[in-house]
Amino acid sequence: MEVSALINDLFFDYTLRTVALGSAVLGIVSGALGSYAVLRKQSLLGDAMSHAALPGIAIAFLLTGSKQSLILILGAAIAGWIGTLFVMSIVRSTRIKFDSALGLVLSVFFGFGLVLLTIIQKRPDATQAGLDKFLFGQAAALLERDVITMGVLGAIAILTMMVFWKEFKLLSFDADFGATLGFPMRLLDILLTTLIVLAIVLGLQTVGVVLMSAMVVAPAAAARQWTDRLGTMVLLSSIFGAIAGIVGALLSSSIDRLPTGPTIVLCISVIVILSLFFAPARGLFWNWLRERKNRGRLHVEAVLEGLYSLALSHENLEHPHSVAVLRLIGSGKGGVEKSLRKLEEQGLVKSTNTDEWALTNAGINQVRKLAKNREGNN
Amino acid sequence: MGIEQFEIQMIASVVAAACAIPGVFLVLRRMAMMSDAISHAILLGIVLAFFVVEDISSPILIIGAALSGVLTVSLVELLNRTRLVKEDASIGLVFPVLFSIGVILIARYAWSVHLDVHAVLLGELAFAPFDRLLLFGHDLGPKSLYVMGTVLALNILFISVFYKELKLATFDAGLAAALGFSPGLIHYGLMSLVSVTAVGAFDAVGSILVVALMIAPPAAAYLLTDNLTKMIVISVILGVLSSISGFWLAILLDANIAGAMATMAGVLFVLVFLFSPQRGIIAIARRRSRQRWEFAGKMLAIHLLNHEGTEDEEHESQIEHLEENLRWKEKFAERVVEFAEDKGLILVNGSRLVLTNQGREHAKQSISDD
Repeated sequence: MEVSALINDLFFDYTLRTVALGSAVLGIVSGALGSYAVLRKQSLLGDAMSHAALPGIAIAFLLTGSKQSLILILGAAIAGWIGTLFVMSIVRSTRIKFDSALGLVLSVFFGFGLVLLTIIQKRPDATQAGLDKFLFGQAAALLERDVITMGVLGAIAILTMMVFWKEFKLLSFDADFGATLGFPMRLLDILLTTLIVLAIVLGLQTVGVVLMSAMVVAPAAAARQWTDRLGTMVLLSSIFGAIAGIVGALLSSSIDRLPTGPTIVLCISVIVILSLFFAPARGLFWNWLRERKNRGRLHVEAVLEGLYSLALSHENLEHPHSVAVLRLIGSGKGGVEKSLRKLEEQGLVKSTNTDEWALTNAGINQVRKLAKNREGNN
Repeated sequence: MGIEQFEIQMIASVVAAACAIPGVFLVLRRMAMMSDAISHAILLGIVLAFFVVEDISSPILIIGAALSGVLTVSLVELLNRTRLVKEDASIGLVFPVLFSIGVILIARYAWSVHLDVHAVLLGELAFAPFDRLLLFGHDLGPKSLYVMGTVLALNILFISVFYKELKLATFDAGLAAALGFSPGLIHYGLMSLVSVTAVGAFDAVGSILVVALMIAPPAAAYLLTDNLTKMIVISVILGVLSSISGFWLAILLDANIAGAMATMAGVLFVLVFLFSPQRGIIAIARRRSRQRWEFAGKMLAIHLLNHEGTEDEEHESQIEHLEENLRWKEKFAERVVEFAEDKGLILVNGSRLVLTNQGREHAKQSISDD
């Protein structure tokens, strides 16, 4: 499909527009609230919550017989919330650690969900089809009604987050301080957890329970690389989430046999990898460049100082020495010649006619300056 | 009970035992979520190996899967080492990517063969007995029973050979490193074991049950004992119990077997969580309440001792007076008096309280303890 045609469809094709809008909502909400999960080292809680939501969906369907997204989302949210509660109470009242509690709740709830799903599938009324899409998501099956539900719930979540902005910030960075100021930290914790559960269950229809956790962790982890400010992080995270959601959902609904959840996850993962490598200040690529530059500078300085210390044993500080000697005393491991040539460019050393190298006046001054700097630093 | 049913339970029990053994160390070493990551990521290894050999029953697939498990662990380590993301986030970033690639590859290129994602997640335990191991025309039993039997034997072998090292590295990593056991080697050894177990098991029971069987029984066993050997044994027993009871639950409800087994693993955990004699919720609550009474009784005895032989002894040792002096509510004060009398610390003389000899000793001891 041509890009321009795709963009045209994006605005005028009902299915495509619905899918794109729904995925954007999903990305924005999970990106924003995921920031808190990542900052509070609860990245994997999302995994447990989304798996735990499965029995909720099944029970909601069994009880009401309805496949309306509001009802299923509600069921999912309640189950996800109960799962989280289990995790918290196991951790608080026993010596079992957070990770074991997560794995336990995740697998047991999901297993129970599967039991319910198979029961539903065998029911004679055969209206069961469609619950399966909650495993890996199916963007193309989104209806306008679903998107409106998602939009309204998402807006509520984001608005609540903004109202309690200061409190949540305190909770994430210094909960003890918050408690001494008299904020009800426990209540705030529950509220924030509830919002995260909401963000997760909103995306289940599109991304599926198995991979929804990635939508909580990945946008936030990517955004974290670009900034140290919470506000910027939440904003960036939402944008990343929205981009990945839209691109992934569009790809999957325009290409045959491309499941939505995994496609969206791959899109956001590309953003994560780019951020890890190229985010300014923290990016791995810039780090590598910086290290290389530093290493080069240190090599050059080592050669200059080596030449100086050799010259000290002669009356004339500009006494020339051969490359072999410099290499022997171990100054400048990364290619003595290369360093010498760099120094020559700066006019700090000169090569003599006997193919040896000597310090220039400027070079001598430079060495003394370096020595003085080092003393100043110590 | 048909022979298939018996065989399914056999397979499931062997799987449960094989999962519980490395699971104990995952739970103790706070790496439980790695089992989740590995069991998802092996899908990619299986798919890629399938593209190479184009045979769904080839043993190469198992090797591919085990390699992808180790790849997951290494990628998580690599990401950790950049210090750009926290450890939990790096697990959460790595396995969804690998799993997604696996799912997409299946959906795009392998959808026509018997390699579907549902089977990977949910397992096809009901069909496991139909895949028989034939040798010279003789039927030797279901193939997965042999596969998992081998994995179980491997796990037992690994744990018994490296028991000392694993124990040390788990409970005192610093000492283990100082004594010269490479923490990295133990870590990767254990992770390879988890990968191999997950691979062997997931063909039969699906990846979710692998996670459930690796974590739930050891977590429950952790609440029952402080002894590592006992913890392993209890985990195996609980795992086998979950498998067998899960099987019958599935028959009863006509539902997915793996899911029912995971459910039962959860139910058993909850039972232990509530009723464990030392660390269960109920035991903890009872201990707390007993401590509360004992403390109150001690307070009462000390209070009486303090005023023994003084002018206001008469006044201070009235039951009613406890309310104002020790700030106890009337009901509570009455029950404390009852408790202390039961314990032989005091005698009740009308409304006046008198210390017994035993009570006097108890109070003196309590004071000098500080």
